[in-house]
Amino acid sequence: MNKRQLKFYFPIFVLPTFAAFCIGFIYPFLHGVYLSFCKFKTTSDATWVGIQNYIDAFQDPSFLHAFAFTAVFTVVSVVLINVLAFTVAHVLTGGIKGANAFRTVFFMPNLIGGVILGYIWQLIFNGILQNWSTNIKLNSTFGFWGLIILLCWQQIGYMMIIYISGLNSIPESLYEAAKVDGATKWQTLRKVTLPMMMPSITICTFLSLTNSFKLFDQNLALTAGEPGLQVGGETIYQTEMLALNIYNTFYQNANTRGVGQAKAVVFFLLVAVIGLAQLYFTRKREVQQ
Amino acid sequence: MIKKILALTLAILMIIPMFAACGKEDTASVYYLNFKPEQDAQWKALAATYTQKTGIPVTVVTAAEGTYEQTLTSEMDKKEAPTLFQVNGPVGLANWKDYCYDFSGSKVLGELTSNDFTLVEGNKVYGIAYVVETYGIIYNKTLLAKYFASNFATIKSIDKLNNFAALKTVAEEIQANKTALGVDGAFTSAGMDSSSDWRFQTHLANMPIYYEYQAKGIGSTDAIEGKYLDNYRAIWDLYINNATCNPTVLASKTGTDAETEFKTEKAVFYQNGTWAYGSVKKDDSGIGLEDSEFGMLPIYIGADGEENQGLCTGSENFWCVNSKASEADIQATLDFLYWVVTSEEGTSSLANDMGFVVPFKSAKAASNPLVTIANEYIAEGKTSVSWNFSSIPSEKWKKGLGTALTQYAAGTGTWDSVGSAFVDGWKTEYAAANQ
Repeated sequence: MNKRQLKFYFPIFVLPTFAAFCIGFIYPFLHGVYLSFCKFKTTSDATWVGIQNYIDAFQDPSFLHAFAFTAVFTVVSVVLINVLAFTVAHVLTGGIKGANAFRTVFFMPNLIGGVILGYIWQLIFNGILQNWSTNIKLNSTFGFWGLIILLCWQQIGYMMIIYISGLNSIPESLYEAAKVDGATKWQTLRKVTLPMMMPSITICTFLSLTNSFKLFDQNLALTAGEPGLQVGGETIYQTEMLALNIYNTFYQNANTRGVGQAKAVVFFLLVAVIGLAQLYFTRKREVQQ
Repeated sequence: MIKKILALTLAILMIIPMFAACGKEDTASVYYLNFKPEQDAQWKALAATYTQKTGIPVTVVTAAEGTYEQTLTSEMDKKEAPTLFQVNGPVGLANWKDYCYDFSGSKVLGELTSNDFTLVEGNKVYGIAYVVETYGIIYNKTLLAKYFASNFATIKSIDKLNNFAALKTVAEEIQANKTALGVDGAFTSAGMDSSSDWRFQTHLANMPIYYEYQAKGIGSTDAIEGKYLDNYRAIWDLYINNATCNPTVLASKTGTDAETEFKTEKAVFYQNGTWAYGSVKKDDSGIGLEDSEFGMLPIYIGADGEENQGLCTGSENFWCVNSKASEADIQATLDFLYWVVTSEEGTSSLANDMGFVVPFKSAKAASNPLVTIANEYIAEGKTSVSWNFSSIPSEKWKKGLGTALTQYAAGTGTWDSVGSAFVDGWKTEYAAANQ
């Protein structure tokens, strides 16, 4: 296809996707921002109330708790997922037998939906915890580590694939040069592999960071926020993450829809700021080949 | 050239679906968003019959267990919104009043046997109860008779089993001699999974709420006092300590677990209602209870004068017609409802297939033995316990109470937090819902 043809067909091929993007993303997003300043029952029927929803959102102790829980969860899961995924990728590119079979197996959990994964792991955890007469929904520590294990299991395979392609793209000549210079294995890893891998690390940390922060289905299916703790008439769900907190607020009663929407806008800003900051800092460390 | 045409055709094909939806013909239709998953198939069959007879399309959609409010909220936003939906009582009505059509003067309203079965505000009728249900402690007559006849039984007949102390004695003696009776426990597991926890954070919680309302002569409140919390604790302790399983594993037990235990005759008592009949009666494989084996006890919690207490009877299922639907659709919906409660097909489906007791004039008697038992209690002059959980301020209150009860049962939480969820939670949630 030559340039002229491309120019001619470009709008035709882009239009359906672009229209879908506008209908499925741009419009709901803008409408959502508008609704966060409203009181409403159904989204087509709203009255303007100004910033009251935002005030309510920040005065809600469950929102602040969910934020703290999500932050800790994200830090732990990002570190674990990336370290483990990198290690697995490193081992699998080292020329061991059956590397392809391992890759497939490690990648497979990613193909299962979050809700199903949540229920499957709930059965596994409860099956084990039953021996001590307890349950994942009874202890927030179990809930926290349960979520970490679940998310690691699901995401390590995906990140591994990205790391493997990154590792494969490092020119062999660099390793040869390092060998000639007498670098140890550790030095080669730190001074050659890691700097060359920065683009992969950027994308993997970005993905795992935003995925952990936005975690919803796994949270809903595995613990549903349980256990709840009574604090002066308010039940604070100990393993409720931000997205689940927003969902629960939205459906609490007809007065809280707008508050849930306001929380969602705050949530969007948080994810955007944290994601962009992370991109900026890891990009700075990328080197040109 | 062929390539060019192919590309263009494909591109056009991709755009077509976007406009296809606009060209639909506008005829009257009915869209029922059903609340009860147990009766989904029966409603669909009934709707098909109606469509066949009149040509008016009736769509029935059932929301998944526990997600009615979510489904209703999103469906109401659509262009083809439900024309017929349900609210659970005054609290639900407060959410949806703007969408409720005033039934006054409609034919279906005239079919009601009593005005008690309406949701009224001012002089407007916003909702019609279409099913009256009863719950209590369902028991297996054969197993209980076996207990009465045994040498370890202190209580020897069902007449003596008419208060909490007697129920406690019976349950504890059954539990202590479960091997002799061939059961796993007196009560089915009080599962606190979301498929089952409503039996305790809503239906059982109705007992302390009912007695407090009775004592004060009220029907709703902005702050519950928790006067009968100790009774609530007593009955809850009885349930969890005399069951088929250890209280620590209740967090993961489901509604189906309890159902199976009762159906396979591994437990004597099962707290549930008339709607549970279909799932525990004798099935084709010969497992389950014969109609004559069903019995039902009031839920005794140790309140004064409870010897005269009956079963818990009420409704939390009110039909509402969407006032924002088109004139033609509203009329079609009203006609459909009238047909359901008066026609031969409709009334027999309600009574026999769905097993409902309906408060309409031409209703047929339901073939459900639990309903018969419920009627006997009323005939004996026992005082029915009303359903006060429609005055519970929010779903969040129930959920909070549920998690506190679960932790109390597992030993990781105290009764104080149950009390706090019950009393303080009510206040918070009432304020949040009525600001």
